[in-house]
Amino acid sequence: MSITYLEAIREAQAVALRDDPRVFIYGQDVGAFGGAFKATKNLAKEFPGRVLDSPISEDAMIGLSVGAAIEGLRPIIEMQFADFSTVGFNQIVNQAGALFWRTNVPCPITVRLPFGGTSGSGPFHSQSLEAIYAHYPGLIVLTPATVEDAYSMLLAAVAVDDPVIFCEHKFLYYHLKAEKLPTEALPIGKARIAREGRDLTVVAYSAMVHEALEAATELSTEGWEIEVVDLRSVKPLDTDTVIASVARTGRLLCVGEAWPWGGVTAEVIARVASEGFGLLDVPPQRLNAKDTPVPYHPNLWTAHRPTARAVAAAARKILRQ
Amino acid sequence: MLQTVVDANPAVETATSRDAMLVAYRFMLRARLLDDKFAALYRAGKIHGGVFLGRGQEALSAAIGVSLKKTDVFAPLIRDAAGRLAFGEPVLDAVRTYLGSSLGPMRGRDGNVHRGRPQEGYLPMLSHLGAMISVVNGVLFARRMKGLSGMVGVTCLGDGATSTGAFHEALNQAAVEQLPLVLVLADNQYAYSTPTSRQFACADLVDKAVGYGVEPHTVDGTDLVACLQTVGAAVARARAGHGPQLVVASLLRLCGHGEHDDSNYVDSKLKNSPLGRDCLKVAEELLFREKILDAAMLATWRSQIIREIEDAVATAQREPAPDPFTEGWCALASENLVETHHENAAR
Repeated sequence: MSITYLEAIREAQAVALRDDPRVFIYGQDVGAFGGAFKATKNLAKEFPGRVLDSPISEDAMIGLSVGAAIEGLRPIIEMQFADFSTVGFNQIVNQAGALFWRTNVPCPITVRLPFGGTSGSGPFHSQSLEAIYAHYPGLIVLTPATVEDAYSMLLAAVAVDDPVIFCEHKFLYYHLKAEKLPTEALPIGKARIAREGRDLTVVAYSAMVHEALEAATELSTEGWEIEVVDLRSVKPLDTDTVIASVARTGRLLCVGEAWPWGGVTAEVIARVASEGFGLLDVPPQRLNAKDTPVPYHPNLWTAHRPTARAVAAAARKILRQ
Repeated sequence: MLQTVVDANPAVETATSRDAMLVAYRFMLRARLLDDKFAALYRAGKIHGGVFLGRGQEALSAAIGVSLKKTDVFAPLIRDAAGRLAFGEPVLDAVRTYLGSSLGPMRGRDGNVHRGRPQEGYLPMLSHLGAMISVVNGVLFARRMKGLSGMVGVTCLGDGATSTGAFHEALNQAAVEQLPLVLVLADNQYAYSTPTSRQFACADLVDKAVGYGVEPHTVDGTDLVACLQTVGAAVARARAGHGPQLVVASLLRLCGHGEHDDSNYVDSKLKNSPLGRDCLKVAEELLFREKILDAAMLATWRSQIIREIEDAVATAQREPAPDPFTEGWCALASENLVETHHENAAR
């Protein structure tokens, strides 16, 4: 038996619905249809009245979930694509993100964002928006890279008393498989060493973890030992694990699929520079997508996003310094 | 063709009782005097930030508050001092929030009209117009999911908010879900300085109701009795399970957008039209004419209310201001998940 990243997300929601009567799912086509990606397949049938189609109204979807959270429920909102969450941006950052600070009333909503590039998806079905949500106070932003984390972190997200932006990568939906679902997991906010090494730390998250691991395998044939840190959660960001890794390697490369200006990779480098400057043997570097909308054609798309080959090339430059 | 839906409930059809008028009028008067105090404090430089008055909208707003039960949901907007008081907000909550007292419901973290107690069904507004409608929907949706019934939710808007996407999404959502929502729209002729001719092109805002499949109501917002009957009817319709209701009240904002605004752009023709009547004066004249209220009673009320307000201001002014050194600076309920990097780096 094997289970995909997408099936793990479906299973986590089934468990959340089964174990907690406060949980419900609201989103476009999530009901009888089972969601655009089938992440809620059969859940409407298994949990009548608790998995509901919404109108195409991202703002009102989030607003409704905040009202339900005030009333003590734990809504899971599926954005059909992360890209469309910008229509609900105001409600996410100003309503959900500010509620606890303003009123002392928690806002336990989980907003699932199917995000990231897949071949042929183009500018409006490919975006990586973790950085803009992490920028706002009051939100937790999770970016699972594995089947196990997709499952356990989604369960953790529903259990947390704060709004969680759950960034699930569409490229990983079908590609990643695990033998079974985990029974225990690292807590939210802890990064993971995905591969140990001593020559260079590559910090990545979500799909970029796999590009980094592939690059590390390639570089190992050249004699380099690359350490790959999977952030798992970009907010909170586990600075300690990153700095401990840099202390071992003295070299840092941050890889993100999002656009280059600001963002998670810049944040990681800023933290290492301010807290661990003396640990660095060479200047830290980062690798992001190009600063254009995400292109449609596969030739352009593969050149737009960081790939294992691009990670390896960037790593070699640092290693030769 | 579009007219107020007359409720089937005979209790609502009967003439508004003398007591109900008097109760509502007293909330209007309290709101007006409270607003006057905030305006005075603003001019004296005692308030951080802006002051936003409900002058001219007290009849409509009070009618909302008195139509609600404590178990209902209310998300007022900036000109709803009367509705807030009638829904049960203590004067001290309003004063503490304007003065930034650490003991107020917003603890100095938010101010002026951005106040509420969400756990009591009293939701604090965002500045983003239309944003509270779907939140009220969510509370009503959750209560229905929990098997609770017989409750309504009311939220207030101005004419300007009807131009937002949030208004459209949320009213449609309420209609799809058939939620007991009453949307009270004060068409007060200006959104800040923008006249309605630059805001919408339909003949009447209530025309929007039919497009969403919600029941329409119109009312003269300067007429307290009409407001009590129309808002009361709309609330009763929603409570009885007839889905969302849209109430459009015509009136004129008798103040600036905020106290920083002298509103010199308001057309004098509007000021001199029936829309420009002061609802408080109109109600007062009616109550005098009908011998429900007399000058002596009014004078007593005024002095009681002024005392109440002055006491609240004196109390809040003696209270501690928020202290940045004891402030937790924590935007998350989960304290273990708070980012601490910046604090560490700065030390």
